[in-house]
Amino acid sequence: MTDSPLSAPTARRRLARGSGGDRPFEAVVALAALTVLVVLTAAGVSMFLGGEPAFKAFGLKFFVSTDWDAVNKQFGALIPIYGTLVTAAISLLVGVPASFGIAFTLTETAPRWLRQPLMVAVELLASIPSIIYGMWGLFVFAPFMAAHVEPWLNDHFANTPLLSDLLTGPPIGIGMLTAGMILGVMIIPFISSVMWSVFTAVPAHLKESAVALGATRTEVMFKVILPYTRNAVVGAIFLGLGRALGETMAVTFVLGNAHDFAKSLLMPGNSIAAVIANEFTEADSDLYRSSLIALGFVLFIVTFLVLAAARLLLARLQRIEGAKV
Amino acid sequence: MSLLLLRRRLFDALVIALSLFATAFTLFWLAWILWTTISQGASALKPSLFTEMTPAPGAPGGLANALFGSVMVVAIGVILATPIGVLAAIYLAEYKRGTRVAGFIGFVNDILLSAPSIVIGLFIYELFVLPFGHFSGYAGGIALAMIMLPIVVRSSAVALELVPSETREAALALGLPRWKVTWSVIVRAARPGIITGLLLGVARISGETAPLLFTALNNQYWSANPATPLANIPVVIFQYAMSPYDDWHALAWAGAFLVMLFVLGLGLATRLIFRQGGGR
Repeated sequence: MTDSPLSAPTARRRLARGSGGDRPFEAVVALAALTVLVVLTAAGVSMFLGGEPAFKAFGLKFFVSTDWDAVNKQFGALIPIYGTLVTAAISLLVGVPASFGIAFTLTETAPRWLRQPLMVAVELLASIPSIIYGMWGLFVFAPFMAAHVEPWLNDHFANTPLLSDLLTGPPIGIGMLTAGMILGVMIIPFISSVMWSVFTAVPAHLKESAVALGATRTEVMFKVILPYTRNAVVGAIFLGLGRALGETMAVTFVLGNAHDFAKSLLMPGNSIAAVIANEFTEADSDLYRSSLIALGFVLFIVTFLVLAAARLLLARLQRIEGAKV
Repeated sequence: MSLLLLRRRLFDALVIALSLFATAFTLFWLAWILWTTISQGASALKPSLFTEMTPAPGAPGGLANALFGSVMVVAIGVILATPIGVLAAIYLAEYKRGTRVAGFIGFVNDILLSAPSIVIGLFIYELFVLPFGHFSGYAGGIALAMIMLPIVVRSSAVALELVPSETREAALALGLPRWKVTWSVIVRAARPGIITGLLLGVARISGETAPLLFTALNNQYWSANPATPLANIPVVIFQYAMSPYDDWHALAWAGAFLVMLFVLGLGLATRLIFRQGGGR
């Protein structure tokens, strides 16, 4: 067929379509792009299937029970879920103000020559592998907390209502407070870089108008920049939250892998990621393993929702301003 | 000066001071972590690290098998993630730019980018360890590939989008088929950006621990066969650091130091390539 001379319409059609290699090439790249979708979907489905026996065996009790008893095969996830939420909350308390401070300094007050080195330093913090955070936490930071911070907390908050339950306890260093603080430092680069990049995307004429009216730099930030970038700032915080919820190695070292409920933040606790990391290879029954995978499924869904919300909040500003986030 | 103005100025100064404090606070942590790793790691550094196997507690030894295993597992990850990632980026940036399909896949890719790595480890366990009945270096490499994939897709797509459309039009005007334009002109022009992304991806996966715990696991002996469990630096650091033995702690610090040196060195290389490539 290729030997016969092409009729004019066929030749035109073929020219429009491109040469023979185009269709296969497009099919191959489309297939590659599809892999991204397949990976995420398959991960969700396989975790659900793996966790199904545990969900079936325990039902809703899986989420509200504090039993974690490998011998009697009773598994309830409340302690790890609680620990995940508490450490993530502490990390936001540490990470969000620090990130905002860095972003404010970088966009408004730092001299120009200092900006580049500061950004590199923050990036450096992001590139340190989480296992090093964990190891440093175990050998350096936990002893520091035990020797200096926790005795101080015990001395000063013993009689404060509400806080005394949370902030006093045995000063052993290993615990939810220590883990939350390390997580807080870990998420600073993620939150601050996004904040910084959306702050710089605010149109200059808005800021200049405010300055012309006599606003201070702080007032420009709180009354012009923040209202303008509110969605993206919340998105940045959600991005950090997603990281904090799923972080494994940094917290596994310093949480203590405890399965008892403790009101005090100074007491050892657990988190979803840490319990999986600690116990999965030792899980000796199918139900045990399935319970851990079920926990993984819960973590997967929660971080998926948080990250999806973050991306949607960020996408809006990105579309308007072309901010690089 | 009126009281109101004074109050506003004071508040301004306070916020600026607190922000500076936040910046200093962050830099302080960075310095603290770097200093600990360097001082502890450097003192544990000796030539036997590279020649001897991971020891039993109390016995002398090194990290040779773990270093080799890490290189293998990361290599498997890179070999898998690079072609898929670059091709996927071509689809997003060249064939579907600005469409809903690209938007959706980009969105999913961004979620995968920050998805918890331990979940990826569990997924690969279900997929490649359970059916075969044993841990393996392949499973570890595949898990790392899944962590690297979204990084490669993202940075390659950005690099491809930065290629000016005049280049594309000039090549098409020569009568080249589209696949050839893409492969020989656009991808080549975007190469510095793509390589930057690959280096970032390698830096990220070479320190990843969580996905290797239930896939590559660990191996006390030398193994060059990825179908068997492979020793690797991150898991060795984890096990040795959690142990009660001082000589194991020293080896863990040495491993941490080597990983950090590697990751920071890659970061530096990325910066140099990016600058040289005229990237923005």
